[in-house]
Amino acid sequence: MAEITLKDVVKRYGKVEVVHGINLDIAHNEFVVLVGPSGCGKSTTLRMIAGLEDISDGTISIGPEVVNDLPPRKRNISMVFQNYALYPHMSVRENLGFGLKIAKQDAATIKRRVDEAADILGLDALMDRTPAELSGGQRQRVAMGRAIVRHPEAFLFDEPLSNLDAKLRVQMRTEIKKLHQKVKTTVVYVTHDQVEAMTLADRIVVMKDGHIEQVGTPMDVFNHPVNTFVASFIGSPPMNLLPATVQNGTVVFSDGKSVPVPARLKDRVREGQEVIFGLRPDDLTPVGHGIAEAGDSARVALDIILSEPLGTETILYTTIAGQEAQGKMFGPRNVLPGETLEFDLAMDKAHIFDAESGKTVRLD
Amino acid sequence: MMNGALKKRLGAIGLWVLTFILMVVMCVPGLWVVLTAFRPNGEVLAKPPVWIPENPSLLNFAKIFGVGVDQVAIPVPAYFMNSLIIALTSTAVALLIGMSGGYAFARYRFKFKNGMFLGLMLSRTVPGIALSLPVFMIWSRIGLIDAKLGLIIVYVALNVPFTIWLIDGFFRQIPKEMSEAAQVDGCTRWQAFWKIEFPLAKSGIASAGIFAFLTSWNEYALASNLTRSTDSKTLPVGLMDFTAQFTIDWAGMSAMAVIIIIPALILTFLVQKHLIAGLTFGGVKG
Repeated sequence: MAEITLKDVVKRYGKVEVVHGINLDIAHNEFVVLVGPSGCGKSTTLRMIAGLEDISDGTISIGPEVVNDLPPRKRNISMVFQNYALYPHMSVRENLGFGLKIAKQDAATIKRRVDEAADILGLDALMDRTPAELSGGQRQRVAMGRAIVRHPEAFLFDEPLSNLDAKLRVQMRTEIKKLHQKVKTTVVYVTHDQVEAMTLADRIVVMKDGHIEQVGTPMDVFNHPVNTFVASFIGSPPMNLLPATVQNGTVVFSDGKSVPVPARLKDRVREGQEVIFGLRPDDLTPVGHGIAEAGDSARVALDIILSEPLGTETILYTTIAGQEAQGKMFGPRNVLPGETLEFDLAMDKAHIFDAESGKTVRLD
Repeated sequence: MMNGALKKRLGAIGLWVLTFILMVVMCVPGLWVVLTAFRPNGEVLAKPPVWIPENPSLLNFAKIFGVGVDQVAIPVPAYFMNSLIIALTSTAVALLIGMSGGYAFARYRFKFKNGMFLGLMLSRTVPGIALSLPVFMIWSRIGLIDAKLGLIIVYVALNVPFTIWLIDGFFRQIPKEMSEAAQVDGCTRWQAFWKIEFPLAKSGIASAGIFAFLTSWNEYALASNLTRSTDSKTLPVGLMDFTAQFTIDWAGMSAMAVIIIIPALILTFLVQKHLIAGLTFGGVKG
């Protein structure tokens, strides 16, 4: 039904440009997550799709139609807001049916569709309450129900989970994913939480300062970040990024220690190039405590500063070339600060970025 | 040594005594007016004062309406209609402007917004009576002296800054996402206002209305300058009909005051539940 296309979309407030000509194709029924730190323009982009902000330049189409000049009500989208924005003077039933009532649907249709949405979201017992009498999670569910009753072309979610406590957030995250599987529709979802982005998205759009940094599947963005920003933003704990220089086929850190340039990247670096060596904590593991036996690995002895046991794994804080780095210990044992452990660096998982541009040296 | 509980108790009693004294100060003059309305004139100035009327009667009211006495009736019905028309019309207009203005200040960004808002507030610092001479001169040129319209315009001007300020505050409390959600749900901006934002701000608009009405209903100084005859004289101005060259009919004046108070009381009671109806904003996480 509806793919969404953004073409050279620009947003200016007066003279300040906050979104700099972004291009994005969202396929029909795709779940796309816009993620980035606050102020990156993700919410503004979503609001432009919704029609709540003017588009300064470029075009946005929903389906075949350019919607730049259409008011929100003519775009056939629905939106879930961060603060839910339920109508406080209406019952849950009235909240759900409001859009249909405005569209002048007959009472029987309204009842059927409202009941159907209530059924999907398990709201049947709450229909006569007002929003004030609901818990946070229930309000969230009503907000989603209000979005689905209208059978829109697309759902827009603006940080819908950030007002919930941690446990409820995980639960509602799952519900949103289930909902998308049940109600197949295009979804554009905005969040600053990379875990939400990873778990929900078919495709992630990483944004920063009004630019799109990378678009890809969660695994793609995780495994092949195009630059240091994406590398550090996606994944938790973040990727270790260590400045180094390429010399004689090795990556030399500022303290003189070195590891060989990963085999697959050998012909992509030049002698003397200033680089940033990136390695996820998952790929920096004490010998015998890795996820799998590393194929192409380097070994370094590192001093432990701090350890954070999480149960199935322990996060180890250490320093490499004077810079703090984090590793993981799978199948952990007790580790004391000051201990020195032999670490495997999984070189086949390592990343190398050009220090000047911050871009990955790998092109594919 | 006093223990804590006793101290607390004494403090509470002290507060009640203070409250009682304040209430006496506020209520006794009103009560006195009501009592005086039911006494013969002779009792009003009696020394020592007669607290409770000894021969309560409706004579003062009868005199005002010219029922069964030889005194010329005071044109209360005409004054009453004037007051009602002027107060209701000016309130309605002030509310309409207040709603538009309040909404604009709460929702839109525009040039000189703060300056304009400050200007509105500053206009409240000028006592209305200070403007009576210029208003009188202009009104006499354009023929608005002794006309209801003249007073209506003055009262609208008097009330608009306040209604804008009050209603702005209420619209500000309603998250703009409410109206956005309604627009995404299929409303025009206009529908979103009437179906979502207006019902939520209703109590604020009602309070603004009450204040505007009471201001217009009770205003005396400007009205006494700008009105001449039963064409436009309002009830408070009508009170002066009880002063003659050498005497003041205090009892009659009090009876008239009671007549003025009653509609205002009734209206306040009617709207009261809107004033109190604190809408809980459950639609948004606090």
